[in-house]
Formats: sequence, structure tokens, C-alpha cells
Amino acid sequence: MIPAIVVFIYLAIILYVGMFAFRRSTGSKEDFFLASRSLGPWVFLLTVFGTNMTAFAILGSSGLAYQRGIGVYGLMASSSGLIIPLTIFLIGTRLWSLGKKHGYMTQVQYFRDRWECDGIGTVIFAVTALMMIPYVVIGMMGGGHTLDSLSGGWVPYWLGGAIVAVVVMLYVFFGGMRGVAWVNALQTVLFLCFGAIAFYLISRNLGGYDRIMAEIAADPKDSALLTRARISPQEFFSYTFIPLSAMMFPHMAIMCMTAEKVTSFKRTVVWYPICILLIWLPSVYLGIVAAHQFPGLKLGESDDVILRLLSGNTDVVVAGILGAAIMACVMATDSQIMALSTMFSQDVFAHYGGAKKYGGNVQVWMGRAFVIVIAIVSYLLALALEGQKSIFDLAIRFGFSGFAALAPIMLAALFWRRSNKWGALAAVLWVVFSMVLLWWLQLHSNGIAPNPGQPPVPIFAGLGGLFLRTPMNVTIFGYMPVMFMCLGSAFWMALVSLLTPAPTRATLEKFFPPSGRS
Amino acid sequence: MKTKHWLLALWVLIVFILHQDFWNWSDAGPLLFGLLPPGLTYHLGYSVLAAITMALLVHFAWPADLEEEQ
Repeated sequence: MIPAIVVFIYLAIILYVGMFAFRRSTGSKEDFFLASRSLGPWVFLLTVFGTNMTAFAILGSSGLAYQRGIGVYGLMASSSGLIIPLTIFLIGTRLWSLGKKHGYMTQVQYFRDRWECDGIGTVIFAVTALMMIPYVVIGMMGGGHTLDSLSGGWVPYWLGGAIVAVVVMLYVFFGGMRGVAWVNALQTVLFLCFGAIAFYLISRNLGGYDRIMAEIAADPKDSALLTRARISPQEFFSYTFIPLSAMMFPHMAIMCMTAEKVTSFKRTVVWYPICILLIWLPSVYLGIVAAHQFPGLKLGESDDVILRLLSGNTDVVVAGILGAAIMACVMATDSQIMALSTMFSQDVFAHYGGAKKYGGNVQVWMGRAFVIVIAIVSYLLALALEGQKSIFDLAIRFGFSGFAALAPIMLAALFWRRSNKWGALAAVLWVVFSMVLLWWLQLHSNGIAPNPGQPPVPIFAGLGGLFLRTPMNVTIFGYMPVMFMCLGSAFWMALVSLLTPAPTRATLEKFFPPSGRS
Repeated sequence: MKTKHWLLALWVLIVFILHQDFWNWSDAGPLLFGLLPPGLTYHLGYSVLAAITMALLVHFAWPADLEEEQ
């Protein structure tokens, strides 16, 4: 019970921080949705990183390392440490510049102008909003389960989820983007400290890790956990496409608009790989330690191994503080709710006449109303579909691939003058088609999925190794589908753009002015 | 693209190839200090290399046309 009380104190602190941001508010549209584009370098780094890291960074990574070994760090953290800052450098800085120059608050506003087409913006809005909803729901579920686990069942799942929903709803409603940014910065500091503290305390209680590592290395059954033997080279290569999704997530793109100056990005780009190292290294390592301490957990049971290690190896107050750090990761839903609210109020309400008819003040209140609606709907979904968590997990895995496959559209818009609305539409339709096909293949092959450690199984015997089923995913010739989705998206973008008329001269001069400034 | 941009692009490609570790260097060697498996040691160093790469990009290829401050 004491760990849950510590977490409640933490929730009260972040509620206060979020509400305090309300006192700094100017009440303008730009202030509520983008914190008046005023975030300095350090707050911007912590906020962007906190926005990008979800519960998976601590709970999921350790659970996956438990099953697949140390290679999970190279597979996910190292690739993200290179690709995500690269996309912030190439895409984030330019989005910031365009937003500042033309008043954009969302990606869709830019796409509508860049491709001289309302429809393509609406299609991209619908696709991205639909792919975002599972993230918010899974965050609510994570909050409910974490409080339930930390309190030993004293705070049931439904109440834990409700507490998280109300806290997030209140500080997003009042504090807007500034509240989200400040809370995210605080949470990032907390979960960056989490890894080192948990690593030290668990080590002290277990009598050091060297004995555990030596025993794992000597056990022929477990020694593969210390290598990347359980990850195929094809998967290792094709996973590199997943981090391309980072800058296509609406909450990341919108967060990039909040920087005060473009130079704020410099610190974020350079320090991003180190921040990833600080949180992923201890989490993956503790996942391996947990494999030695609690052997035999199945695929869906290993996501809480960090919580098991904490509760078994630290005292209750420390477990509560570390539980609050995990809660900080789980509650990344705030920026997602804020992004959905911004998208609905800007890309739908304001775009289809609301801005002209009612003005900026009503847009802010409409944004606040959306915050309440999104929080309540996602909580009710988390409550009603608690037993269907695996469906939302699957939707999130597909969401990463879908957002990654939209990256060629953004890159073409920013860097290729000849790209046009027809190319963009073809690429979006390709992404939707491939996600529907993969979803069907995944459900169709659930019955033949092999157990962890067993070789992949062909889904259609007549097609050989074209579609293979691994314990968790469908692969294409052994490669993750995201690779083919990204390459297909780039192919259709290029082909259809070249076969259809170029954008008008006015649009090209607006986004690619002769001096080179865009 | 200037020569320095091509050189930086080549460097990023080399860093990407090092990430893929086609030679399986990351699975070879003893536990560092008896604690860290070689796979983690390799990628710990790799994360630092990624940060250095980003610092090079920021220093030599920062888009000056965006510096200019509705």
C-alpha cells in the first residue's frame, strides 16, 4: 500500500505543476496549443524525449529482453539512437521553421498547403488520428495495471485507470501544451534517474550481478540471452525502419513546433542517443537478470518483470518512488491527448469554418472540450476492453509501421519539389492497404504461431518463405513488413508524382524560394 | 550538396553499417568487468558514437537558412 501512496503524492505533484502552467497562460490559441512556441533548449530536450518514450521503454523493453536477450538493446535502442535524432535534425527543424513562418500548428495544415489540396490533409488526419487512439487507450490501461500492481490490489484496475485519466485530463485541460511540456520535463528527469537507481539497489540486494551473469553464461539453455542469437539478421536490419515513425507521430511533430528557436534543436539532436542509453541499458539488463530470477514466464507475462524485481529487492518507499518513475513513462498519454485535441480543433473545427465563425478564443475552448472527450472515451475503452489488451498491443505495433511508412511522404514534401498531391495520396493509400493486409495475415496465422525459440512457420505452404509467421509477427522473406511498407510508400510517391502535373509555381516559390529558404 | 555534406552522409552510412554489425563483433569477447555482455558493451559504445555523429552533423551541416527568426 505504501508504494501506491508514494505514487499518489507524485500524481499530486505533477497535477500541481500542470495547473501552475495555467497561471502562466496568456489565453491565446498559440499559447494553449503550442505554449507560445517558447520552450528553451533543456526543457525542449526533456519534453521531446519524454513525449517519445512510453511505457514500453521500461516495461516492454525489459519484458522483451527477458524473452529474446541482450540483442534487444541493439535492435531497438541503438537503431533509435541513430535514426530518431537524424529525423529530428532533418524533419523537426524544418517543421519548426515552416510552423513559425506560416503559422502551422499541425502536420496536416502544412500538407494541405504544400499539396494544394484539402482532401489529402483530411485523409492523413483520419489515418493518423485512427492510429493514435490505441496509444491513449493502452496508456490508460498501463496506469490502471501499474497502480493495481503497486498497491497489491488495494487500488483496483478500474479505479487506477480513472485516477490516471482524471489527473491527465485536468492538467492538459488547464495547462494546455505548457502544462504538458513542464510535466513531461519533470517526468523525463524522474525516469532517467530510475534506471541507475533501480540498477544499483537491485544489485545490492542480489549480491552483485557478476555471479548471475556467470551462471547465465554457463547455462546452455540461457546463454543465448547474452548474445543476439534470438534475433535474425533480417529482423535486425529491417527494424531500423521503425524509428522513422518518430517524427510522423502527430504528438512529436506538434512538440517540434513548441521550440523557442531553431537552435533549441541542437541540444536535443546531440543528447538524444545518450538519453536513450540511460533508460534502455538498465531496463534491458534487468530483463536479463529477471530471466535468471524468474525463469519460465510466457510471452505475455514478462512485461512486469521490472515490477517483480523492484518489489522483491527494494523497500516499500523506494519501490513507490521507482513505481512513480514507471508511472511517468506510462503517462506519456498526456502529449498524445494534447496532440489529438490540437488536430481536432485545428484540422477539423477551425479548418471547416469554425475559426472564421467563432474566432481563436472558441478554438481554445473547443480544444479543451476535445481533451475531456478523448480522456473519457479512452478510459471507457480501457475499461470495456481490458481483456482485449493484446488487440491494442497489436494495433500499436502496426501503428509504428504505419507511421514509419508515412515518413517518405514528409521527406518528399520537404525536400522534393516535384512531389505532388497525387503521389502523396497514392503513398497514403498504399500504407492503408498494406496495414489492412498485414492485420488480416496476423489474425489468419495466430493459430500456427510458433513458440519463442522455434523457427518461423510458412503461412501459405504454396508460397514458401514469402509470408512467415514468427512468435509475434508476420515477416516477408524473413524481413519485417515495415521495410516493404516504407519502400513501397517511397516508390508510389515517386512514380505517381512523376506521372502527374507538378505543383503550381506559386506553391513551389512559397516552399522552395529561390534563395533556398523554405 | 557541398563536399562536407557528402562526407557527412558517408560517415552516417558507415555508422549505420557499424550498427548492423555484419561481422558479429558484438557477440565476441568476455563479460566486461564480469558484468556487461559484449553485446551491451558494443552498443554502449555505439550509442556514444551516435551522439558524436549527431554533434558532427550539428556542427558542420546545421541548416543556416533556418536560423532566421501568424
